[in-house]
Amino acid sequence: MADFKVASTDATLAEKLLTWVDNRFPATKLFKEHMSEYYAPKNFNIWYVFGSLALLVLVMQIVTGIFLTMHYKPDSALAFASVEYIMRDVPWGWLIRYLHSTGASAFFVVVYLHMFRSLLYGSHRKPRELLWIFGCAIFLCLMAEAFTGYLLPWGQMSYWGAQVIVNLFAAVPLVGPDLALLIRGDYVVGDATLNRFFAFHVIAVPLALVGLVAAHIIALHEVGSNNPDGVEIKAKTGSDGRPLDGIPFHPYYTVHDIYAVSVFLVIFCAIVFFAPEFGGYFLEYNNFIPADPLQTPLHIAPVWYFTPYYSMLRATTDQMMTVLSGLVGLAAVLAIFKARLGSAANLFIAAAAGLLIVLFGGAKTLLSSLGLVGLAQSWLLAGFEAKFWGVVIMGAAVLILFFLPWLDQCPVKSIRYRPGWHKSLYAVFVFFFFALGYLGSQPPSEPGNYVSQVGTLVYFGFFLLMPWWSRLGRFAPVPERVTFAAH
Amino acid sequence: MKRFFDATLLILASLGFAATVWASEGGIAWDRFPKERMTNVAALQNGAQLFVNYCLNCHSAGYMRFNRLRDLGLSEDQIKKNLLFTTEKVGETMKVAIDPKQAKEWFGALPPDLTVIARSRADIGKGSGADYLYTYLRSYYRDPEKATGWNNLVFPNVGMPHALWELQGQRGARFTDVKDAHDASKSELRFDAYVPIAAGKLSAHDYDEAVADLVAYLQWMGEPAQGQRVRVGVWVLIYLGLFTVIAWRLNASYWKDVK
Repeated sequence: MADFKVASTDATLAEKLLTWVDNRFPATKLFKEHMSEYYAPKNFNIWYVFGSLALLVLVMQIVTGIFLTMHYKPDSALAFASVEYIMRDVPWGWLIRYLHSTGASAFFVVVYLHMFRSLLYGSHRKPRELLWIFGCAIFLCLMAEAFTGYLLPWGQMSYWGAQVIVNLFAAVPLVGPDLALLIRGDYVVGDATLNRFFAFHVIAVPLALVGLVAAHIIALHEVGSNNPDGVEIKAKTGSDGRPLDGIPFHPYYTVHDIYAVSVFLVIFCAIVFFAPEFGGYFLEYNNFIPADPLQTPLHIAPVWYFTPYYSMLRATTDQMMTVLSGLVGLAAVLAIFKARLGSAANLFIAAAAGLLIVLFGGAKTLLSSLGLVGLAQSWLLAGFEAKFWGVVIMGAAVLILFFLPWLDQCPVKSIRYRPGWHKSLYAVFVFFFFALGYLGSQPPSEPGNYVSQVGTLVYFGFFLLMPWWSRLGRFAPVPERVTFAAH
Repeated sequence: MKRFFDATLLILASLGFAATVWASEGGIAWDRFPKERMTNVAALQNGAQLFVNYCLNCHSAGYMRFNRLRDLGLSEDQIKKNLLFTTEKVGETMKVAIDPKQAKEWFGALPPDLTVIARSRADIGKGSGADYLYTYLRSYYRDPEKATGWNNLVFPNVGMPHALWELQGQRGARFTDVKDAHDASKSELRFDAYVPIAAGKLSAHDYDEAVADLVAYLQWMGEPAQGQRVRVGVWVLIYLGLFTVIAWRLNASYWKDVK
């Protein structure tokens, strides 16, 4: 235990109170460690505001959510009407609801930008791997939160969106149908589903989310912030032990973030007050029709933030699995003949590749095209259906992010010192991520599907081949200290 | 690098192609609802009157309270005297007395609740819900092949008969057989023109005006707070704009110490 401090006799009442508290709770110590004596690099740019903004949006979602829960009814017979009640009869209810619905989209905007910042400047690299993993877990929770929340207004899109996504789990071999039943709590999406989604949305997931955010921040303050140069500022300290290129988070970055918050709120409030539906992308038009289990909408699309992954799901057709089988075969042949790993390893690679090709349904396609239909349909060689692999690919697209710290083998952290073609590669990745997002919001079409398939291959290629391509090229020398021009 | 750009262009072009294909699907293009009507209180009141007289017999507006019409400048007395037919209490929502079973027999489906109909009928790339309703209520024609005797260009085989026919009058539609440009064995009926059958109480121009009023009301009813939302929003943005300037200067004054 620390020494018991005594306030001087001429101290003000506030100082005495703080001393009293500090003797019982590390208030001043915590403030110093996380704010006034937390040294952050002085060269942060605009990419570094999205963490604070995400925290702001999280708090806003929790506060508005509490008020919505006071009036919302998680009952399939009352839910839709209770949302309209909030919009009409609850004083300022429309504002609370729009803040919450726009906040959901804003959350994904700032989190996607926050994640991309990390990709740009190598913030996921050693020693920040765990920080990154906590972040990925937050992203997963956020997706669960958004998905469960979207069912609650009980409109047509809520209902059928949930129906489609929950049915995906039914594609899992063996346990699938039971798993889907467990999630729904019924044979179709219904009152039981609404109630359990409500429970997940208002307490289970937010609790996990808040815990993970705390872990994320603790991890960040343990290792210290990265910066646009990707240089460790702790490597160069002054005689007082402080990083030479570090400045106290408070007041410099608090005032900086207040500025960022005000700009963010201008944009956010412009949407809330003047375009809360955001052209049908934030509040889908179909969702103003109450859920009707007997009438399937012509076109079911998830909200925009899920559409890149939804595109990958739809892109995974039999044809796509054949291409993937071919790629696996090619990779195995290359590994066996080029890598010279020894015969035991070669045997293992060949067996693993063979198994994957069978499971992907590649063997089935090959045998059918040779006219051996009977053999192709034997359970041993049939593999799993493409729908199942679609679910796997959709899940893998998110889970692969967890491995980024080890996939990225680039000798420099920051994009600033990487070769030009690395930047082009990033551009291609971003382009296809947007293309996947756009196509996922559109009804399926043949040209769209081809682009989605290419996009899916680009997405996975970008990450899976990263251990190889991220080492290649000529890297510019990384400076010893951060680059900074005084404002 | 050039190859990369070529590939990008190709992809963009194919995306553009896909978008145009999708846009050409579906019924006729929607007319534009005259938006300025949303700020015309007299028009909104007239729309409310039309709504109660012509729509509220079969359609409900189950989330809309009669006394919310005070927002349109009507007094509680005026609402009670002129608009309350189905209930005594002005705080009630706009329920309807139609028997769901009978409705199903007559129209093939239960007439949908109209409270948020204007919000639900918008479509990305086609127009707002108000645009749709404004077109829909002006696209009815006589069709002897339909059980109700009516059909609609923007909603083919619609279950609802033309509720406003007294006002608009009756008209038929002439279609021409158009050969498919790509396949001579196929042809499709293309709408040519309306054929007047009987005049209504209103001229064509006055009918369009009346429908615009009614749609303005439906649009307002979809979100009665929309006017307040915009008014509050202007002040919020003015405040945030000033705050941003202060935050910007505050930030600069702190950061001038950082060398």
